[in-house]
Amino acid sequence: MNDLDAIDRSLLRALSLDASRPAADLGRELGLSQPATWRRIRRLREIGALKGRRLDLDAAALGFGVTVFLGIKLASRGRASLEDFERAVCAIREVQTVEHVLGLYDYRLRVVARDLEDFERVLRRRIMTLPGIGPVEANVLLSEERLPGPL
Amino acid sequence: MTIIVISMQDDTDRRLLRLLQETPDLTTAELADRAGLTAMRCARRLARLEDAGVLRGQRAVIDWKALGFEVAVSLRVTLDKTQPRAFDEFLARAREVAEVIEIQTFLGRVDVRLQLVARDLEHYRAVYRERILALPHIADIESLMTVSVVKSDEKLPL
Repeated sequence: MNDLDAIDRSLLRALSLDASRPAADLGRELGLSQPATWRRIRRLREIGALKGRRLDLDAAALGFGVTVFLGIKLASRGRASLEDFERAVCAIREVQTVEHVLGLYDYRLRVVARDLEDFERVLRRRIMTLPGIGPVEANVLLSEERLPGPL
Repeated sequence: MTIIVISMQDDTDRRLLRLLQETPDLTTAELADRAGLTAMRCARRLARLEDAGVLRGQRAVIDWKALGFEVAVSLRVTLDKTQPRAFDEFLARAREVAEVIEIQTFLGRVDVRLQLVARDLEHYRAVYRERILALPHIADIESLMTVSVVKSDEKLPL
């Protein structure tokens, strides 16, 4: 991190907003030649700072009107293994994010569904039947913003 | 309340988005090839999805660990709702904290969630004490520290 300069950080910030911007365009903004911009982007990839791209889709326009964040506790630690739980939860298509966490819950999930009825179906048939599942807390997403972070 | 979603996308659009979700850096020619379309028809469909605001663009995913931010914490905040401007004032100030990378608001037991990154536990403690606890209208706050990210592609089940 310490060998990243202000230009690298500006590049990361710009690409995290729009990954499809041409290097020439980015370079012009940052006072770099196109090859120099390319070299920096390649290096950011090599050190792992840039790990791929993600499509920014309007979920609601595609029919996914509901996003729910779940906090999950495992019921019987040791009996069903974490590996079994993780493998099963990752296979659920509606589950977008799975994080193993320390604190009030064991896992944090992000789940998408068409509507609340569809969410209830996913919760009952897919989530509540996971191996080792315990208490679940659900919070329905109302709004979301992503920030550039400490760049 | 019933929300009626008028869907203008057909199966081909969904297939394109599904393929692009799997491999976002495909060129239009490669995408067209995999979808069984001509490059021109493929480009036209993508342009239409962009114009309709369905495909907003692509964002680079930043690996904060690789940048030296070893600690990731999810802060679940309950606000003092007796204050009418609690949400707005809390959110405005939370946006000013550089280490906050996501803000979500919820309907549920939790009002707001902040995703925070820090270099190490020392740094996290400093940010938590000096910046987070100084945010207005906090009634309660819980933290979940990320041990490992098991899945994070955020794909839609198209």
